Amino acid sequence: MSSDPLVVIVGAGPAGMAAARTLVEGGLRPLVLEKGPTPGGRLWQRPATVDFERRLPGHDPDRAERGVSDFLGIVDRIDWYPGTTVLDATRDRLWALGSDGVIDQTPWDALLVATGALDRVVPLPGWTLAGVYTLGGAQAALKVHGCAVGRRVAFLGTGPLLWLAAAQHLAAGAEVALVADTSHRLGALPALPDLLSDPQRLALGLACFRIVRRAGVPIRLGVRAAIVEGNETVRAISVESRGGRRHFTCDAVAMGFGLVPQTQLLDLLDVPFDLVPTSGLWLPRTDRSGRTPVPRVYAAGDGARVLGGDAARLSGERAALAILEDLGRPTDPERVARLERELARQERFARGLARAFPFPAELEARTDDDTVVCRCEGVTAGAIASAVRTFGRHDVNAVKALTRCGMGRCQGRLCGPAAARIAARAAGVPLGEAGRLRAQPPIEPLPARARCMVTEPNG
Amino acid sequence: MNGARSRLRTEVAIVGGGLVGCSTALHLARRRVPCVLLEAERCGAHASGVNYGGVRQQGRALAELPLAGRARRIWGRLERLVGGDGEFRATGHLRLARDEAEAAALEGWIREAARYGVHGELLSREALRARFPWLGEGFAAGSFSADDGQANPRLVAPLFARAARSEGATILEGRTVVAIERAPPGFVLRAEPELELEARVLVNAAGAWGTRIARLLGEELPSEPIAPNMLVSEPLPFRIEPNLGMAGPGIYLRQVPDGSVIFGGGRGTVDLERRRCRPSFATSLATIGEACRVVPELARASIIRTWAGIEGRTPDDLPIIGPSPRMAGLFHAFGFSGHGFMLAPAVGAVLAELILDGHSATSLAGLEPARFAPGSAAAA
Amino acid sequence: MEDLDDPIDGAHGRWVRLARARGESVPFTIDGIPVRGHAGQMLIAAILAVRPDFGCLPPDRRSRAGFCLIGLCQDCWVRLADGRRVRACTTPLEAGMAVRLDPSDESW
Ligand SMILES: Cc1cc2nc3c(=O)[nH]c(=O)nc-3n(C[C@H](O)[C@H](O)[C@H](O)COP(=O)(O)OP(=O)(O)OC[C@H]3O[C@@H](n4cnc5c(N)ncnc54)[C@H](O)[C@@H]3O)c2cc1C
Ligand code: FES
Repeated sequence: MSSDPLVVIVGAGPAGMAAARTLVEGGLRPLVLEKGPTPGGRLWQRPATVDFERRLPGHDPDRAERGVSDFLGIVDRIDWYPGTTVLDATRDRLWALGSDGVIDQTPWDALLVATGALDRVVPLPGWTLAGVYTLGGAQAALKVHGCAVGRRVAFLGTGPLLWLAAAQHLAAGAEVALVADTSHRLGALPALPDLLSDPQRLALGLACFRIVRRAGVPIRLGVRAAIVEGNETVRAISVESRGGRRHFTCDAVAMGFGLVPQTQLLDLLDVPFDLVPTSGLWLPRTDRSGRTPVPRVYAAGDGARVLGGDAARLSGERAALAILEDLGRPTDPERVARLERELARQERFARGLARAFPFPAELEARTDDDTVVCRCEGVTAGAIASAVRTFGRHDVNAVKALTRCGMGRCQGRLCGPAAARIAARAAGVPLGEAGRLRAQPPIEPLPARARCMVTEPNG
Repeated sequence: MNGARSRLRTEVAIVGGGLVGCSTALHLARRRVPCVLLEAERCGAHASGVNYGGVRQQGRALAELPLAGRARRIWGRLERLVGGDGEFRATGHLRLARDEAEAAALEGWIREAARYGVHGELLSREALRARFPWLGEGFAAGSFSADDGQANPRLVAPLFARAARSEGATILEGRTVVAIERAPPGFVLRAEPELELEARVLVNAAGAWGTRIARLLGEELPSEPIAPNMLVSEPLPFRIEPNLGMAGPGIYLRQVPDGSVIFGGGRGTVDLERRRCRPSFATSLATIGEACRVVPELARASIIRTWAGIEGRTPDDLPIIGPSPRMAGLFHAFGFSGHGFMLAPAVGAVLAELILDGHSATSLAGLEPARFAPGSAAAA
Repeated sequence: MEDLDDPIDGAHGRWVRLARARGESVPFTIDGIPVRGHAGQMLIAAILAVRPDFGCLPPDRRSRAGFCLIGLCQDCWVRLADGRRVRACTTPLEAGMAVRLDPSDESW
């Protein structure tokens, strides 16, 4: 039949869905692999099988429904595999696990990675207790399942998601014990010009802040330290800010300090990474078009750079156009220019956010020796520092080998950045010298019972 | 210093900071012999730091047994030698036979090895069932060697490097040897970035790159790079005490008290030039299938990580250890063909003796480089 | 706020329902005890509506109740009576599922 090049999109969030539509318009039939049972990703995830009495701020189920049904409208023109998790990628093929437990492989000619982001955490005393969730986790419990993760939830972290999640919980009728932000209010002022580049999102942010304030929820800004208290399960949180240290009774904590792109596939494909000094994260090298230095490999959405839902959609569309361009298909230069202008605006807004809500690097660097950094393997900050001093190694991959930090079920997704910071500090070297944890296949757990449909010689 | 190379002089230059290189440095340094070790990346970055961690005598070629016996004694007192036990545990090694022919081979090995003072116990099908209830069906027999065990390679390699350093050896990481010249009575090594090293004696402990290092001096010693493929499961309740292997070709598997089941089999891919290797997903799937036949309940678990390591393999699957047949002052120790982790602690001890005393009480018969030298009797 | 899920005797749920679930109510069991959840909801929500946690996992055996809810932290694996292990935050509840949390009957 047709010998059209096979474009594979991994992830059907806003970025992946927009890319799929653009490729279809360009006359291609992309293969779309999505881990979840339905399209929509983080922002529009389903099953949204719950009905709230009131509208939640920043949550527009109708728009989500439209986005998703738009995508479902083109599924007969794409190859659509929901419930499919990509586990490994090489320069010529992908390996994926279906929800039926069957492993399959597919060749690819162009690959767009749009795998989204995960909350960034800072290891704090007590953060591994049952009842502590990521902000995204608490938000998913609310929006997808219609549940609060506890009877009294404390919110801790920094960034727009902190305030959004707290405001959504309040609107849904949850009891909120505290909103504690490591950022200072004053930090927002210099960020204002950049934030004004997207007045709508700025307005939403301010509205969330007002909702929290009006509800009379205790607010702490400029938080310098926090401890989750309890034995087995959360009983309270204590936070230290300029006003001193205070306890707040709660049975759940939602915490998050920004987002970390899920870049494991790009790493396996040898895309180079660069350290972003302000956030201390290593990000895959991509340009505004979504191209990476590795031929035929593209990245879009939060999985490349965290710019937000609208930007994810735009960057997915832009990356799809780049794929079409590189395949020698006609594209509209006007459209490309418009997308890049719009993305530039989103980048500007993201810069403003980064300034208003800086990552609390000091809090991370000062992690107590007794605090668990790697929740999968139970490795403490003290164990990391002691390995660094004993063996004179500060590369975070060496630290992983010596301590098991990052070797567990989550593959270092949660502890990687903090482990690097702690190792660098113990060695007295700049953060960049600790490097970043390298991805290893399978990028998500592979059930040993999974059956493989492929028979071919090893290697 | 404006681009000028730093120039160092020492007694013994060692190329390669794997376990073999580091244990050689350690044993030389303990006898107060100045030595400099050059490692292209980090000590233990390749096979030594990422291998399976099996420590066994059972199943080895008889030519390796003298060395293996000496190594086993060192494993037992690792703590005293390098300041840590590297999680060595004498858990025993269980080798499994699928059919009568393999069972006969196990029995034959036990008989032969007894002459070297190595003991194995043959277990019937029923005995296997009774003693190791988690084992799958279909094994005709097994043999168990109680002295064998396992260790954590991620710790052992850095422990040796650290111990060598603290005994006074100079270990330079991030230095790639790119040229070697004969400068009688010794050698001059050129390493990138900018280093020249002059030494009376040269030890080639470059692992999978050993053939290339030998070639820099015009010596042709055959080995090909391979990348054994490894997997690890999520932590599971601890049940599998011994280290498992197959009498025939197949997988190897062990569980650590933390709960992870570590296993391997087959090959990944390797790029010697770029010093990179990668596990192969197809190989991993095949290995998982086989492992689930050996330990059926593994099918309930998830595999959370795979990796590969770069190793050199010789035509006869035996390492190349000993003096160069042609060039005085040159010693080789590479091509361990997938089973050098266990031997390495003794290899360093023996090399130090050969270098300093001209002989060692531990026989290297059958392992020496001369067997590959054209025209030599051993090469036939 | 209305608590729509029945807690198991002697235990209590961790999560609190704030919105009405559309899915029909279906039966499943936890350690043999019959409970109900909503079809289509993820197992994590069904379990934590009636239980405080999933019990413990090796290696450190701290008690777990999920963390990220998007299938990445791997903190929510639970056993089913048929021998499968599943990730509770990405596995939809099905009528008749038999969840095993009690570690005492755990082999692998
Ligand atoms: C926790 C959180 C909460 C947020 N809340 C809001 C909000 O309330 N309002 C707002 O405006 N913005 C919010 N954002 C921002 C917004 O959701 C994102 O910017 C946007 O969804 C990113 O789109 P994406 O397509 O890049 O990523 P995602 O939407 O996350 O989509 C990525 C998809 O890839 C799939 N995937 C990942 N790995 C694989 C694999 N190996 N194989 C197959 N599929 C895979 C995932 O399942 C996912 O569906 C939030 C972001 C996060 C992370
Ligand atoms: S809660 Fe994180 S994987 Fe399920």
